[in-house]
Amino acid sequence: MNENPRPDQNTRKTLKQVGYKPLGKISDAVYADMGFRCGLEIHQQLLTRQKLFCRCPAGIYQKDGEYDAELVRHMRPTLSELGEYDGTALMEFKTRKNIYYRIQNETACTYDIDDTPPFRIDDQALDIALEVALLLGTSIVGELHVTRKQYLDGSIPTGFQRTAIVGIEGRIPLKGREVGIIQISVEEDSCREVSDLGHDRVYTTDRLGMPLIETVTHPHLVTPRMAAAGAQYLRYLTRSTGHVRTGIGAAREDVNVSISGGTRVEIKGVAHISWIPELTHIEAFRQKSLLHIRSLLAERGLKVDKWNIATHDLPEAWIPRKSLHELYQGARDLRAVALNLPGFKGLLSHFTQPGQVFADEISDRLKVVACIERPNMAHSEDSRSLLGRSQLTEIRRRLESAPQDAQVVIWGPAGDIPTAVETVEERCRMAFTGVPNETRKSYPDGTTRFERVLPGPDRMYPDTDTAPIPVEEERIERIRAGLPEPVSLQMARMQEWNVASNHVGYILRRNLFWVLERIVEEFQQPPRCVARVLSQVLRHLEPVPHGKDGFDPSRLVDIYAFMKREKIHPALVEAMLPVVTDHPQMELPSVLETIGFKRKNRQEILDLLPVLDAKFSQINTSPDPMARHRWIMGQLRTLALGNIDLEELSRLVPGGRDE
Amino acid sequence: MSDMFKGYRGRALETLKKFNIRVWSEAEVKTTRGDFRGIVLPRSENDDDRHLVLKLDTGYNVGVDVDTVKSIQELGYREAHYKIPEKEFPFSPEKPRVKLFGTGGTIASRLDYRTGAVIPAFSPGELYGAVPELADICNLETEKLFAVFSENMGPSQYITLAKAIGEEIRRGVDGIVIGHGTDTMHHTAAALTFMVQNPPVPIIMVGSQRSSDRPSSDAALNLIHSTTAASRSEIAEVMVCMFGPTSDEYALLHSGTRVRKMHSSYRSTFRTIGDIPRARVEGERIIPMCKTFNPRRRDRDVTIKPFFEEKVSIVYYYPNMQPDIIDSLVDNGYRGIVIAGTGLGHVNKPLYPAIERATRKGVAVYMTVQTLWGYVHMFVYDTGRDLMSKGVVPAENMLPEVAYIKLGWALGQTEDLDEVKRIMLTPVSDETTPREPYNGYLIFQGGIPEVERFLKRYHK
Repeated sequence: MNENPRPDQNTRKTLKQVGYKPLGKISDAVYADMGFRCGLEIHQQLLTRQKLFCRCPAGIYQKDGEYDAELVRHMRPTLSELGEYDGTALMEFKTRKNIYYRIQNETACTYDIDDTPPFRIDDQALDIALEVALLLGTSIVGELHVTRKQYLDGSIPTGFQRTAIVGIEGRIPLKGREVGIIQISVEEDSCREVSDLGHDRVYTTDRLGMPLIETVTHPHLVTPRMAAAGAQYLRYLTRSTGHVRTGIGAAREDVNVSISGGTRVEIKGVAHISWIPELTHIEAFRQKSLLHIRSLLAERGLKVDKWNIATHDLPEAWIPRKSLHELYQGARDLRAVALNLPGFKGLLSHFTQPGQVFADEISDRLKVVACIERPNMAHSEDSRSLLGRSQLTEIRRRLESAPQDAQVVIWGPAGDIPTAVETVEERCRMAFTGVPNETRKSYPDGTTRFERVLPGPDRMYPDTDTAPIPVEEERIERIRAGLPEPVSLQMARMQEWNVASNHVGYILRRNLFWVLERIVEEFQQPPRCVARVLSQVLRHLEPVPHGKDGFDPSRLVDIYAFMKREKIHPALVEAMLPVVTDHPQMELPSVLETIGFKRKNRQEILDLLPVLDAKFSQINTSPDPMARHRWIMGQLRTLALGNIDLEELSRLVPGGRDE
Repeated sequence: MSDMFKGYRGRALETLKKFNIRVWSEAEVKTTRGDFRGIVLPRSENDDDRHLVLKLDTGYNVGVDVDTVKSIQELGYREAHYKIPEKEFPFSPEKPRVKLFGTGGTIASRLDYRTGAVIPAFSPGELYGAVPELADICNLETEKLFAVFSENMGPSQYITLAKAIGEEIRRGVDGIVIGHGTDTMHHTAAALTFMVQNPPVPIIMVGSQRSSDRPSSDAALNLIHSTTAASRSEIAEVMVCMFGPTSDEYALLHSGTRVRKMHSSYRSTFRTIGDIPRARVEGERIIPMCKTFNPRRRDRDVTIKPFFEEKVSIVYYYPNMQPDIIDSLVDNGYRGIVIAGTGLGHVNKPLYPAIERATRKGVAVYMTVQTLWGYVHMFVYDTGRDLMSKGVVPAENMLPEVAYIKLGWALGQTEDLDEVKRIMLTPVSDETTPREPYNGYLIFQGGIPEVERFLKRYHK
């Protein structure tokens, strides 16, 4: 094996050939050269009382392991228009999964488990969807047609998601450009996955059926950072309605990435916008790596139609002890097979993502398609060397491998091995075309793993259980009349007011702009200060437990109104807020009492200055010239707050800078 | 209306004509709400006349309000032709021969992806394309007898079906499957039990609660279970084969005279009433649950009794029912009335004269219970005794729908009311049973701790 470069050396070499560098070390021009294009699909739960197509309450989650009943289903692919199975469908059927649903009576009914047809779409949800559709500037449909979008992974017990287009072709402004919106739809949320091991996948049905909107953008985002900014803008936009859910899982992004010569790959379930730059950056280079592999295959003169694998059964003793025997505990027949991949030398250890090589692409598919848990394979370029050198030589002998071939050993329950062999072969054949069309699951480190084949438009078909729902002109006008100010205008106003940029983010995220605007305009308060109170103070006061009602921001307007009425200086608001958020029911005069506020007029406070000044002279030990000022301000602070402007007081206290 | 504007009428039709647009046009529609581009789809005739339906490139359908339309331009024309793929059903000499009769229910169907119309899959080739597992079970032959919805099945269909079954048995099939809509499957099951007596092979009725165009459909598994039962069951009776639980786990075989659809939409909607099911079908196994049954035989003997009197009615009693309900049936020439009475088999006093008049005029009047479970007991209260003295015959624990079918069948054979009574009270296949087992009546009540424990432990 001396003729082989060490696998990790090869990975480093190919990383360099592909030109991978970490995010932030690459200029926007490089992305432009790669033909980086990104589109977003943003899923946002709506704040409704009920689920979308049944009368179950929305927004209640069952605790882990708590359920009332369980049922099992299987998903069968249905034929597409052309009599072909949809790619995803076929793959999911190959997996032969038992899908278990854990139901809790409180959160799911017979609709959720597909034993009752849908009820009329929730009007509250439709109103909110229309609101967002108008904010996005889309063309609103005349009539909603509920469509079924097939999902065979079991995440929806019917095997499809009911979804309906509300508007098409809109746009949002982003950093001086426009990003096109393809469509916005209102749809039902899917189940939450509990576990997925071997052939058994378990879901809970609490989230199922919750109303969502999905906003899909054109692939107009041309750098990883712009992609994140687009997601951020759309988040601010939906939140500006005040009618969407917040908290963990309430908003989820799917991110589509492609580069020139590559193909659209969908990264699913991105839980945080801050993950988007890294994920899209790494995906772009993964596609570039796969294109590099394709060109290497072409250079070697390999043709996919003449490319065939050879297989050979290995004795069971060859299965690495620490893997399957532990996982399956002798419960099933285990089988190990060696495969020869002609001309693939150096490709299995080819860089694809940080910490991953091409062999991982195969291993991921073995887990998903053949249901074999990892570690499910070893190979001739495996730096972890699950196979010994003598074993590898023996495998090569048995497979009659040529020196330029690579070898893979897979193992698992005997019943899954035929699918596993097909899966390895299928993935390797895809290397000849470059980047497979697939959806990938995102991980916090920015890498992704294969999740399923990307479905085509063939999986959409009309829902025969629901009638079309007309969207009347009056309804649109009623909603249009109540629209919030566009996010772009909110941003511009805050920039004009010179609000600190980190405060801008918080205010938009929490939908507090209207509060800021009212306080500034109605009570003539300085915007920067109010913005600081809103973002800095509230942020620290408000770790709202999931599912609980947070602080109602309209209370802030009441507080400023009260201060104005009572002629109390608004600097006291900051001191009041902890009490107000802790005791939302408490009346404001009682809040003042609780924080120990005593009404003093300006002169009463200024009269104390000579006394304090004299006192300080007695006790002072500090050489600091500012100490006197600081000490006196400290003594007066509580008393002064709300009664006199602190800045003014500061000017009057002896020992200040001005003196 | 021509096909060019399929389903469109009124203002929507006018709009299409105005802009010279037809169904399947690829069109650019400019409206006051913005522009839409897609293929004009046919419209369902029951929908309003104010919208056009477009299929967008993304596969979604949307409706466009005709009042907002400014202009429509035809960009192309793409008519959809949808056909279910056919694959030749493989023949294996060692496998049993099963005949599948179609009545029109959509046990197997495919959805036209463009229009949403359901196209029934029925030929062996089509079925094989949809459920390839069938070829592992049997050699399948199919015949479409009618194309009617479940609710339109009636006596003439029962008779045609019974005769066709007789023919097939004589031709030597090893089992029969009847695809049927689920709504009235139990009526047809009862009719066939009476009309096809002493069959040597199983006669299995099957349907689906979720059409087979959806991935979670019960249709494929129901077809697999029913062909398995037809091929292998040792119980040679008319049985309904449908999901046991709502989970994809096993099917139950219910006696054709004791089965009833009990939920409007559940998969496990069919239940045996007042007894336990005949058997369970789990994978390739058929696990009998009853001790005595009509066993499978090698001979080809079967008695077909294709009779039915259509002038029979079923009257579901309610408080304050007026006697003219009964009178009008009699005056309209009805020869048999099945009453679904309250409790043990009762109706109110004002009905007595009408009932007396009916029986005097030679109308056969039978009493069943609307509680479904339990026997008619007309000796317990005076009401019951009064009714019997007026000629009402208690029908034991026969289900009301079964009594209706059986009375029609009995009156189709004879005008002699004593003979009718003999037929009615002599069970053909458990439509009345001498005893009710303790587990024949089980309606679990949710919320009770032990029931909740059961629900959590076993798949629903």
